[in-house]
Amino acid sequence: MTNPSIQNNPRPDRWLTIRSDGVVLVRSGKVELGQGVLTALAQIVAEELDVDPSRISMVPAGTDQSPDESYTAGSMSVPHSGGALRAVCARVRALFVAEAAARLGVPAESLRVSDGAIGAPDGPGTSYWELADAVALDREIPDAVAKAPADYRIVGQDLPRLDLPDKVAGRRRFLHDLRPHGMLFGRVVRPPSRSAVLMSVDEDAARRMPGVVAVVRDGSFLGVVAEREEDALRAQAALRSACAWEEEDSLPSERDLAAFLTSAPAEETVLADTRGDGGAVAHPVRARFTRPYLAHASIAPSCGLALWDGDRLSVWSHTQGIYKLHASICRSQRLAAEQVVVQHVEGAGCYGHNAADDAAYDAVLLARAVPDRPVQVVWTREDELTWGPLGPAMVVDVEVDVDPAGQVQRWQHDVWSNGHASRPGPPGAPLLAATHVASAETALPAGDPPLQNGGGSGRNAVPLYDLPGQLVRTHRLTTMPLRTSAMRALGAHLNVYAIESVVDELAVLAGIDPVEYRLRMLTDERARAVLQAAAERAGWGDGTPGLGIGFARYKNRGAYCAVVAEVEAETHVRVRRLTIAVDVGLVVSPDGVVNQIEGGALQALSWTTKEQVRFDARTVTSRTWEDYPILTFSEVPPVDVVLLDRPDDASLGAGEASVGPTAAAIGNALYAATGLRVRALPLTPENVVAAMDD
Amino acid sequence: MTAAEPVTLVVNGTEHEVVCDPDTPLLYVLRNDLGLVGAKFGCGLGLCGACNVLVDGHPVHSCDTPVWAVAGKQVTTVEGLGSDGRPHRLQETFVEEQALQCGYCTAGMLVTAAALLEREPDVDDAGVRRALDGNLCRCGSHNRIVRAVLGARPCGR
Repeated sequence: MTNPSIQNNPRPDRWLTIRSDGVVLVRSGKVELGQGVLTALAQIVAEELDVDPSRISMVPAGTDQSPDESYTAGSMSVPHSGGALRAVCARVRALFVAEAAARLGVPAESLRVSDGAIGAPDGPGTSYWELADAVALDREIPDAVAKAPADYRIVGQDLPRLDLPDKVAGRRRFLHDLRPHGMLFGRVVRPPSRSAVLMSVDEDAARRMPGVVAVVRDGSFLGVVAEREEDALRAQAALRSACAWEEEDSLPSERDLAAFLTSAPAEETVLADTRGDGGAVAHPVRARFTRPYLAHASIAPSCGLALWDGDRLSVWSHTQGIYKLHASICRSQRLAAEQVVVQHVEGAGCYGHNAADDAAYDAVLLARAVPDRPVQVVWTREDELTWGPLGPAMVVDVEVDVDPAGQVQRWQHDVWSNGHASRPGPPGAPLLAATHVASAETALPAGDPPLQNGGGSGRNAVPLYDLPGQLVRTHRLTTMPLRTSAMRALGAHLNVYAIESVVDELAVLAGIDPVEYRLRMLTDERARAVLQAAAERAGWGDGTPGLGIGFARYKNRGAYCAVVAEVEAETHVRVRRLTIAVDVGLVVSPDGVVNQIEGGALQALSWTTKEQVRFDARTVTSRTWEDYPILTFSEVPPVDVVLLDRPDDASLGAGEASVGPTAAAIGNALYAATGLRVRALPLTPENVVAAMDD
Repeated sequence: MTAAEPVTLVVNGTEHEVVCDPDTPLLYVLRNDLGLVGAKFGCGLGLCGACNVLVDGHPVHSCDTPVWAVAGKQVTTVEGLGSDGRPHRLQETFVEEQALQCGYCTAGMLVTAAALLEREPDVDDAGVRRALDGNLCRCGSHNRIVRAVLGARPCGR
């Protein structure tokens, strides 16, 4: 597998600094999103260099010093950044050992490395630290063989997460916590609806309020900067009530979203076409699946911090892509690359393209009015839910023809959705405020990554099962009433739900156990292994009522995951237990993987049973946690994760693998518990009742 | 809105005087005047628990509690949970169980759980969940948090 991280950044000094004081500085272009990736990467470096993990210092990513590794997304951080660091460290280790061999006058093969000390048993020695100034890393160096997994001592163990001590002590670690000298508090008054235009605003009252330093208006972008946070909030409220907006309806009907999605202008892409002549049809199966728009709903509203110093701009952001945000800011502000630095600072949990980049650009615009003073912008909860990019609403139609023997003859899967990618970086995906200023940039409808990069709407739309006669298509909308972009697992959430629901239905039609039915259509041993492991651990077939299973290999080339859900349905769908088997290839940090798998499963449970972004003709109306409830402690079932370690296979990523299979397992378990196939998400009492007519 | 005036409050055992509008939410005084950034802004409406602190031992949403209301009371933030430089047992069990992913909700979880264990040292799994139902976690670390709280009981697991 090609690794863009190392291809684009071959020089080892981009990644590592070995210091004479015994510290190894590691610069990854991937960022900590709460997934624990910096700890996993530190383990890989410590392992490959043979140094104690305590010597590793992970440098937060910044455009002034870090390798460009694009976005931290798609469950690719351990495969890409981990793979690059492994290769770089193997090369650097070999270089140091060769230098030591030359100095000591012994063959390199006789030397061992132990916590950075290099020597032969009972012989003279040296160390990385002694040789640090003598070995040049600012050049491309030859490939070297990395360690065999059988020799791993640090990879595969649970090391304490590097970021946890600060977080449990309440120390300053999040972007929201930074208070650089002279910092001012900025707040933005967002338009009241999607197409609202600011006609006039009386800024005087706000300007006269205590602590207000600046009011900024540019077109329909309006904000305030103040000395104290509460001053900024008061001035924001005062400004809001002093605005005259022109508004109009621009959104489709929430009640008939499927009709809008399947009739709006769209671009069709064929993802798979293996149709043949077909045979006798005994049972045609047709089913439509839907999901609503979903919100990221991170516990922290997005935050940005910016400082203008003459014509130089510094930005601190919890973005997923420091270089992409850098490119967007440079373009919108007409600055040269060297005038801008974007530094990553942790925010709250990130599950895809949220409003982090937008908040950074708000800070840029507000800070421009107060040179030499850093300005921090924190979004309101309401803005976070109503203006952040959304996970796209989707429709999936599946049509299947089955022959009299129960064999599938034809499998057709059509996806209607807005694109799942409008990340910053390229033109056409402007930061939110750049679409509100007077010289507004135009946002193009979100795109979809090509299937070879995992796809977007069509992610996991092509079944992994041996099914003949496939036709799989996406219909990506070329109009975008609500801004959509990447959210954990992208289209895989509904695509896997749909495929697994229909496969379950076919198993019932054929009178075959659903696990057995799937196994008959799967030749991939690793796929079979997770299905069998999940079924066995969950007590599949022992008579427990309300069990359902779901399976997918993420992106059809990432981690394998099978989930068994146990569901009880009275007035509400209640998930009583989740049992998960997962194969992520080589496991770097076992409890880190389990945490990601559990987290993905519980987030999917929340989406699948509860969540739905509400909107009217003009704007999103899910404004608070009361309008957009997410899973609470009392609703969280036990989650049991079986980790199938494959030390000799490449790491496949863990962040998104459990999302689709969990959703599917819950839907199938609901059928097992009630006999109802509920195909409209979320599985609320209304949607369950509506399914009774089907 | 009223004019700024000196306000006295006791946080983590230390008395502080700040000059601000007494209606200022306690959260902003803690984070911006006292430099105690452990409590977090999550929603501003008391619906998520990220801003929770203890007032005379009871969990309170500091985002919608005006600072005047805590005059003469003992405020405890996550920074004040431990004592004599030693972490609170919960701060240890949260690390042991990796009871968080991003950690933004953690301070609110910790102080709410600390109050729970004071009130109900023998609390069971369901009791922990009930007590934490007002604290939202989006990363899905709930079961780990429950284990960490149970593990911090005087009787241990």
